[in-house]
Amino acid sequence: MLSKKYKHLLLSLFAFFILSETAFAQDGDAAAGEKAFKANCSQCHAADATQVVGPGLAGIEDRRDFAWIKKWINNSAAVIASGDKYAVDLYEKFNKTPMTAFPGYGDAEVKNILAYVKAANAAPAPAAPGAAPVAAAQGGDETGGGKFFNIVLVTLLVIMGLVLVALLAILRLLTKLSGGDDEDGEDGVSGGEKFKSSFKNLVANKTVRSAVIWLFIILGTKATLDGLYGIGVHQGYAPKQPISFSHKLHAGEMEINCAYCHTGVYKGKQAGIPSASICMNCHNTIKRESPEIQKIYTAIEKDQPIEWVRVHNLPDLAYFNHSQHTNVGGLACENCHGEIPKMEVVEQRSTLTMGWCIDCHRKTDVNAKGNAYYDTLLDAHNKTTKDAMKVEDIGGLECAKCHY
Amino acid sequence: MENTKKRYWKGIEELKNDINVVKNAEREFNLDDVDGGTHRRDFLKMLGFGVAAVSLAACDAPVRKTIPYLNKPEDVEPGIPNYYATTYASGGDYASILVKTREGRPIKIEGNKLSGVTKGGVSARIHASVLSLYDNEKLKEPQKGGKATTWAKLDQEIAASLSKASSIRIVSNTILSPSAKSVIADFIAKYPSAKHVAYDTNGADGLIEGNLKSFGKAVIPSYRFDKAKVMVGINCDFTGTWISPLEYSNQWAETRKVSSGKHGSKTMSRHYQFETGMTVTGAAADYRGMIKPSEEAAFAANLYNKVITLLGGSPVSAPKVDTQYIDKCAKDLVAAKGASLVVSGSNDVNVQVLVNAINNALGNIGNTVDFGTPVYYRQGNAAEMNQFVTELKSGQVGAVIFYESNPVFDHLRGAEIAEGLKKTTLSISTADRADETAKLCQYIAPASHYLESWGDAMPKAGFYSLQQPTISTIYSTRQTEVSLLTWAGANADYQAYLKSFWSKNILTGKSWIQALHDGVYEVAPAVPAGASFTANVAEAAASVAAPKTDLELSVFESLALGTGAYANNPWLQELPDPISKVTWENTAAFSQKTAKDLGIAQGDWVKLTVGDKSIELPVLIQPGQAHSTVSVAMGYGRTDAGKAGNVGSNPFPLLGSSKTASNFWTGGVKVEKTKDGYTLAQTQTHETVMGREAVVQETILSEYLKNDKAGRYEPMIATSEGLKKPYSITLWNGHEKKNHSWGMVIDLNTCNGCSACLISCQAENNVAVVGKKEVVRAREMHWIRLDRYYSTDADLDSRTFSGYKAMEVASENPEVIFQPMMCQHCSNAPCETVCPVLATTHSSEGLNQMTYNRCVGTRYCANNCPYKVRRFNWFKYFENDNFDYNMNNELGRMVLNPDVTVRSRGVIEKCSMCVQRIQAGKLAAKKEKRRPVDGEIETACSSSCPSGSIIFGDMLDPESRISKVLEQEKEGRAFHMLEEINVRPQVTYLVKVKNKDEIVAKRSKAGDKKKHAAEPEHAAEHKAHS
Repeated sequence: MLSKKYKHLLLSLFAFFILSETAFAQDGDAAAGEKAFKANCSQCHAADATQVVGPGLAGIEDRRDFAWIKKWINNSAAVIASGDKYAVDLYEKFNKTPMTAFPGYGDAEVKNILAYVKAANAAPAPAAPGAAPVAAAQGGDETGGGKFFNIVLVTLLVIMGLVLVALLAILRLLTKLSGGDDEDGEDGVSGGEKFKSSFKNLVANKTVRSAVIWLFIILGTKATLDGLYGIGVHQGYAPKQPISFSHKLHAGEMEINCAYCHTGVYKGKQAGIPSASICMNCHNTIKRESPEIQKIYTAIEKDQPIEWVRVHNLPDLAYFNHSQHTNVGGLACENCHGEIPKMEVVEQRSTLTMGWCIDCHRKTDVNAKGNAYYDTLLDAHNKTTKDAMKVEDIGGLECAKCHY
Repeated sequence: MENTKKRYWKGIEELKNDINVVKNAEREFNLDDVDGGTHRRDFLKMLGFGVAAVSLAACDAPVRKTIPYLNKPEDVEPGIPNYYATTYASGGDYASILVKTREGRPIKIEGNKLSGVTKGGVSARIHASVLSLYDNEKLKEPQKGGKATTWAKLDQEIAASLSKASSIRIVSNTILSPSAKSVIADFIAKYPSAKHVAYDTNGADGLIEGNLKSFGKAVIPSYRFDKAKVMVGINCDFTGTWISPLEYSNQWAETRKVSSGKHGSKTMSRHYQFETGMTVTGAAADYRGMIKPSEEAAFAANLYNKVITLLGGSPVSAPKVDTQYIDKCAKDLVAAKGASLVVSGSNDVNVQVLVNAINNALGNIGNTVDFGTPVYYRQGNAAEMNQFVTELKSGQVGAVIFYESNPVFDHLRGAEIAEGLKKTTLSISTADRADETAKLCQYIAPASHYLESWGDAMPKAGFYSLQQPTISTIYSTRQTEVSLLTWAGANADYQAYLKSFWSKNILTGKSWIQALHDGVYEVAPAVPAGASFTANVAEAAASVAAPKTDLELSVFESLALGTGAYANNPWLQELPDPISKVTWENTAAFSQKTAKDLGIAQGDWVKLTVGDKSIELPVLIQPGQAHSTVSVAMGYGRTDAGKAGNVGSNPFPLLGSSKTASNFWTGGVKVEKTKDGYTLAQTQTHETVMGREAVVQETILSEYLKNDKAGRYEPMIATSEGLKKPYSITLWNGHEKKNHSWGMVIDLNTCNGCSACLISCQAENNVAVVGKKEVVRAREMHWIRLDRYYSTDADLDSRTFSGYKAMEVASENPEVIFQPMMCQHCSNAPCETVCPVLATTHSSEGLNQMTYNRCVGTRYCANNCPYKVRRFNWFKYFENDNFDYNMNNELGRMVLNPDVTVRSRGVIEKCSMCVQRIQAGKLAAKKEKRRPVDGEIETACSSSCPSGSIIFGDMLDPESRISKVLEQEKEGRAFHMLEEINVRPQVTYLVKVKNKDEIVAKRSKAGDKKKHAAEPEHAAEHKAHS
């Protein structure tokens, strides 16, 4: 019966949610509009009157009516082809750069964007609610094995040191006891020689010798193991690319959404390296003369694709799917790739080792909220514990999740 | 006195004081010819170099490039597959299919469920066709006289020659494409002396002619096996190779589905099969009789007589045959009047007339034989083809174009065609390689693969199907339609041609885009129609010859290779024949008795001689083979197919000019043993289950009607507290499944051994081809095997050595049962406990996971697996010249599924239950914030099964098909294999039910023992039987 009640509650909540959603949609949800604008429009348009690639959008609703705007967004080429005077002029004015078509945008989406544009111009930019906090920072670069080894090593060194001190003390005592008579007779021996002979004694001493040898062996083993662990780990790998593309400029200063170029990142296994046609969306007007951008032109003219150097290389035996982590898991790109917006040349920030993957799967909460897929799992989990449901709790450490 | 010092020579060389003997006299071994004689210094050098190379290589990883599109196509997103609907139509084989492409390359064929013809079924051959696309032995550009040329030059020369040529012939197999036929018509309009001649290697001329004689209609009707309560096949492998096996096996399975419980359906068709060699259809039949090829006609006449007598008509005179089950068959046919069906694969017109007469007498015409919707799978015309050969030989043919056909190899008069080709002035082939025919032609204009081409098909009246390219042409090839249009001087844009042809003739205003998207376009089906029977039965019966007693050769089409057109496909070559389990070659199949009489045994090679022609083949002892016959598969013995395809021997020359050659048999065969000690590359050498009822369970319908659990073997374990069910005691903790529990149900009742699942799995999971040598060593890599078990005549209770030995021997005419066997994903998996490195572990979704990168190759798991489904990579099967199949060349590797690891040497692999598909399906659901829907996630095997015998799904989802079936069959047919060892598989089998009346004595004996106490009267009944 309880579950029935619960269902009721859930249903009414759901209904409320839907209603409020639609209510918002009536005159455009500025927050949703902002999201859409930043993802898809801000690469070419500013919300104010500034001209970027295309015209600034301030006052757009005064210039054109809603139906025209929607038609234009859905398929600008068709509007131009229809001979619309305003459209043709606009096209001519902006160097015949066609606007990317968004055929999927319905009334609601367009209204949202327009609402945002309005809001952005009406008031001094409203403080956007802080971006979703990035999940807990990753547990450093040290793998579990390395830490453990260090502890053992330090302990061993301390023990060895203590043993050495004790041995030396015994040695001293023994020499004192056995050579008590000679002590007076050797008064003439200089301090240096004394040190020399005691050093000789030290070297001749088996225990000391073996202690030193052991020390070297342990240090050597540690160095070798560290080296071996490092094989295939290319953390910090930042190869020179054929075109010195700056993420700092594009993702940082220009704030272009990652998914604008890496189109597959929410959809599929690969985030994808952008095709030259995506570069051309902006660069057929912006900075055409730059020698680096000329390289893109050359590639297109010669019909020779650009050979970028791959920075992040997972071994073939591991299956990794971006959309599972970005779309479903709701993780930000920075989680694994580091602060790309600050990188002039992209480098591999994470180790990309299995330990690193597992570590994250142990620590990260499943992004289960609002996803009906996880409902049964969440119910089962909450029955047994009050802790949050981690990825490891739903089989995230199983072999065949990544290896098949 | 004689010299007492006897001398002995080790050999003639020593006696002659051969120079080598003298040289080597002091040496113990002759090391000169020892392979790879590595000396110490070389070894050290190599060692040093190796160490240096390894350490250098380890220093730095190679720079890997990532190359994006210049202009990314809108609908291609790297990593996300696209599916395109297209059509496979080759030599009359047809299926509407979906092609999975990744980054623009086709990698997998799936069935198109929108098709009303194939209903999502795809055969093994069609699954394998994607590999033929990446065959690097195909021609890479047009050829003239064996040398590469350009299309422009070739077109110019051919057009010039054609305009001068008289009597041009276009020789093809069946062309299902209406637009291609229109192209040919256009070509003929341009060159009026041209004529199109179609032939089929395994044609249905007899059937078509028989129908013309009987009903005045020269067509093949639609057969409705799904409406038949009793079906009879006379040398007709209708679920394997005859006319439209995909359609028929689906229909056949429809009538074989039974279910337990109060409301379960308990009706089932009865299937009789009378045949020479054992086929999958015969194996699936309830009653199977053996007939010699020469008895075929007499058998049909006798069956007619028995049926007509029962119906109160008057019999015709015909030679008597006394085949097992013929009386019973006639009785059942009459009882199911109007809902029975007799079919024959014979090319003998008289047989077809007699079969038509039977169907007519039974009132089946218009019911199970539907003339309202004729089918067009076989359009060859043997008479026209024979005339062509005669003309060719006499030099009357000016020019000949072989339209993707290879008659020199696959026509009975191939040798004559080869001879005659010398007399033509112009000869062109559009084959994809320089095959047996093409190499004799002046020009080869290589056709593109069907996945690179546009096209269409009309397999049945009212059923249309479109074909679209799924990849641009890999080599400089051109589809034949374009070539013909070019040579005819017409606009060679075939895509436009096709589109306008469709909008003009087929679509009648409907959307082209929609048709292209769906792959099929179907108009409302015609109403079933009958036809009036007009043939003279007595006349047909009068021309039936009396059966003969000498050794007869029967040539049949094998399920994997067909007529041999795709022989160079290593997947098909390594596909074990469902019955004989032989790979990589064809055999001469004899019955045990015949082999004994001839003094031959398996392991021998024999020379089969008919007249002055002979071929040599290895001997196969085939249970169920008619006595005094030998069966040989066609399609083997190619000489110019390629590295993988040139195996076996072609039996066609033996048929020669025999009168019955067109019906693929001949008498007067002489057998001569040539050598012995040969091992066939068979994947299963054990033939019977030796009375182990825990392995495969079956029953008969009459028993099943009484008891849902009939045939079930329910083991009990003896404990201190008495007998207990195996699952009630355990030392395992079990695995908690909170989210999903993936499982499979396999209905043994509808599985007919077609092997589509096997190839589908191979394509999906990058399963390596290992070659004949390795198959002999039992190292094949298939993740599914189709276990085929014969019944035995031996006394299953005889627990003596000789008794066991006898159990191994299959009956002369055994009952057959197929059991698809893959990893059972045990919940208490024996493999997991023995792995020293935890490379095989259990998932929370019920899967037994295999982690290749952790495996160290101890093979403990394979040893401990009760089902023997784990495969070990003895070698690196890719980029290895010793395994020169598709994975050894760049083009061939394009077929690999990028979502599945290519396994390296030294690791174990096995069925993963297509975990990559499960993960993809789950991800799709998660993205849409919902649970996966049943049917959305399918394994490669379950999605490809034409008879729907494999159901895959989530056993935790109460709405899933698998849950429903298990709920229904829990107290019925459902069983786990080897239940007594309590491994609790995720795979459940359903008991096989044969529609038989009486219990076969031998089966009951073993069953008796357990049932004695419970059912004493039942046991007594059995005794009376035996």
